[in-house]
Amino acid sequence: MKQIPAPFWTLVLGIAVTLISLWVGQNHNLLPVQASEQAPLVDDLFDVMVTIGTALFIVVQGAIVYSLIRFRRREGDDTDGPPIEGNLPLEAFWTAIPSIIVVGLGLYSVVVFQEMGGFSPGGHHGHGAMVAMAPQQSVIDVAPLLAQMGPGENVDADVYSKTQVYGFGASPLMQLNQPDVTVNVTGMQYAWIFRYPDTGITDGELHVPVGKDVQLNIEAQDVIHSFWVPQFRLKQDALPGEPAELRFVATREGTYPVVCAELCGAYHGGMRTQVIVHSPEDYADWVASRVASATPTTMVAQPLEDATSAEYLAAIAPDLAKSPVQIAQMDQAQMAHGAAQSP
Amino acid sequence: MAQADVSIKPTEVQGGHGHPDKWKWYDYFTFNVDHKVIGIQYLVTSFLFYLAGGFMAVLMRTELATPDSDFLSPDLYNAFLTNHGTIMIFLWIVPAAIGGFGNFLIPLMIGARDMAFPKLNAIAFWLNPPAGAVLAASFFLGGGAQSGWTSYPPLSEITANLPQTLWCVALVMVGTSSILGSVNFLVTIWKMRVPSMAWDQMPLFCWAMVATSILALFATPVLAAALILLTFDINFGTSFFKPDAGGNVVVYQHLFWFYSHPAVYLMILPIFGIMSEVIPVHARKPIFGYKAIAYSSLTICLVGLFVWVHHMFTSGTAPWMRIFFTISTLIVAVPTGVKIFSWVATLWGGKIRYTTAMLFAVGLLSMFVFGGLSGVTLGAAPFDIHVHDTYYVVGHFHYVLFGGSVFGIYSGIYHWFPKITGRMLNEPLGKVHFVLTFIGTILTFTPMHQLGMQGMPRRVAMYDPQFADLNQLVTVGAYILAVSVIPFYFNVIWSWRSGKEAGPNPWNALTLEWTTDSPPIIENWEVLPVLTHGPYEYGMDKVDQVGPAGEPTEATQA
Repeated sequence: MKQIPAPFWTLVLGIAVTLISLWVGQNHNLLPVQASEQAPLVDDLFDVMVTIGTALFIVVQGAIVYSLIRFRRREGDDTDGPPIEGNLPLEAFWTAIPSIIVVGLGLYSVVVFQEMGGFSPGGHHGHGAMVAMAPQQSVIDVAPLLAQMGPGENVDADVYSKTQVYGFGASPLMQLNQPDVTVNVTGMQYAWIFRYPDTGITDGELHVPVGKDVQLNIEAQDVIHSFWVPQFRLKQDALPGEPAELRFVATREGTYPVVCAELCGAYHGGMRTQVIVHSPEDYADWVASRVASATPTTMVAQPLEDATSAEYLAAIAPDLAKSPVQIAQMDQAQMAHGAAQSP
Repeated sequence: MAQADVSIKPTEVQGGHGHPDKWKWYDYFTFNVDHKVIGIQYLVTSFLFYLAGGFMAVLMRTELATPDSDFLSPDLYNAFLTNHGTIMIFLWIVPAAIGGFGNFLIPLMIGARDMAFPKLNAIAFWLNPPAGAVLAASFFLGGGAQSGWTSYPPLSEITANLPQTLWCVALVMVGTSSILGSVNFLVTIWKMRVPSMAWDQMPLFCWAMVATSILALFATPVLAAALILLTFDINFGTSFFKPDAGGNVVVYQHLFWFYSHPAVYLMILPIFGIMSEVIPVHARKPIFGYKAIAYSSLTICLVGLFVWVHHMFTSGTAPWMRIFFTISTLIVAVPTGVKIFSWVATLWGGKIRYTTAMLFAVGLLSMFVFGGLSGVTLGAAPFDIHVHDTYYVVGHFHYVLFGGSVFGIYSGIYHWFPKITGRMLNEPLGKVHFVLTFIGTILTFTPMHQLGMQGMPRRVAMYDPQFADLNQLVTVGAYILAVSVIPFYFNVIWSWRSGKEAGPNPWNALTLEWTTDSPPIIENWEVLPVLTHGPYEYGMDKVDQVGPAGEPTEATQA
């Protein structure tokens, strides 16, 4: 019986590793559901990296385990192994292959980054224009509500007129369009505040319509926070004094967590709320119900930009849909924060 | 003729310097300038801090066994997470890998009697215990720093001011120590090799220390600057990082990461050096691709200075920077891959001895493949946006720092303990230690990746109950790791007193440190050794490899 030649086994192993890697890349199920237009782009990149990574992992770990078994010292053998000090073609090979892989991954990352809107935060159709135009456009409908928003909005307008804005802007296809919904997001110890300048709504949860182009203008009141919706695959730090934005289209109705991802103090872990992606009809109903229920007495007259986070939060707490747990945490947070703030 | 020299030289040397014949136990608690004493001081001190940092980790994992914050107060939790990171980086891995192994081994490996600046060396070590004391004091004077080992302002400027200031002071002290040590390593390796040792005959650990020292010299002063500015903001009313007063919070992040990303390489390059020493000895084969490994250390050192913004992809980072630093970060994978492939090729065809040192080295190799691959995924900005500041990152860096650096330190201890103390460690106990550590590492750090991708942020004392199951698994793994150190510490203490005598060269290794006694005599050799062969010439006929001095036998017998 003839011996099967070594190249044949190499070929079989190569095919097996390739098939296993491709399968793992498509079936790892490690990421949560996709709920934004960016999510599938990110996941495809990750799947490619998992596929390549699995192949490399199997090959290298396989070589290690094979060596440990095949090349173990046998009982009584005190000699040394063969004096092989290197092999230039082999070394060139394993320098070149990873180089090609990382260059490929780098280029692919750039493409994904561009499709996600990474190159256009604060673009000329971004914040500066929007905030400046908003009062004129909507002056008839919501002038009283905008007036109630008071100084806080003016602060935002100043901040967003700066040239540098961080985050993700419109995707290349959308760059000529205005966003359908704009939300001003403020992070503070330990809550997110969502304000809708077009309607004057203030809420502790983010409500957006499915399939619409949404822009979040993200700011922090006190320390750095980070706005993250895992199902959107989007994250942006909320930086005091540095404006940022996230622009996205939610693609799947449902309720998803909004998580603070930057250490912001003792109750950082409790700084969680949710984003509700509505059908367009439900969203319209929600807007109508919130505008109808908003009465002037719930808004605060005093200028808020001087207030500490705790005072600010206390002032608007009745407007925020909060669970009892979170209210309790806010109370503790106020005490802690008050103690830390007193000079 | 040569024998006569041997008998006269030592008395001259010792008389001339006024040394005792041997160090007494209390010499190790003094301002001693012998590099071996300093190396042991570094190692013992860092292994004590390792226990402190590990204790904090166990308490944190106990808190995280349940979703609610019900074991530690949230302030104390944040103090532990801050100081766990700080201690493990600045008082455990860096001093053990660089200070401990570097000081003990470099002069022995290059045939020098001591470091170039012995007093500077002692000063560098003696900055470490006070730094640890200052960190400990910060717990009693206000509950410890609580804003993470990154200490981003504004949080670090409004939280626990006195402990935060003490934290800055402690870090400036260890940073200064690192700079002094780096100068010393560079000059020593540059100037004090035995004349017969060319650059490409140096053990690869020395190459790794060259790269490490250059990196520390470039990067550490920037950290010191950041911390001094932060201290001024907290205590003296400046506003470098206060946005209300014209400061900028992102500038701190640049300063911080300009040091702290290279710090990752400070913690792994010396470990790579240890790998390149341990693997050839226990595989009984020359290192595969000496030049590739040596130059890849320098490449990592160079590229590593230009990747820091990948820690800031979700921060105030312009689009072009996100792309530039994605590419530069991915490039680091190439020289790192070269090292890994070279070590695997060194194993291939060898006669592998299953010593505990070798088990930890191969364990490191295995861990690092996984940690390196997850590192590549983190380098790609679009994916990093999703998992930045989540448990995915925690899992990744523990794979490379625990599965990498700590495994490497263990491997180095099992390998050089006979040289350091003159006695062998107990091998069966060592294998128990390895198995527990290996299982514990996988259980603790693998599920973290999934937690992060599913939506669990890092640095939280309370979390969404949907993550409870995986977190309990992680906590079990952490307890196994906590137990795993018991056989190790017992082994070290017991073997140091009554282990089997090692003799000068128990592993039959070829680098110069094995040509002297175990433990080495003061001033290392009676007659400086002459290089008769390269550091990794296993399997070659050494009689043919006589060095330029031409008298191999007597010189190497000492």
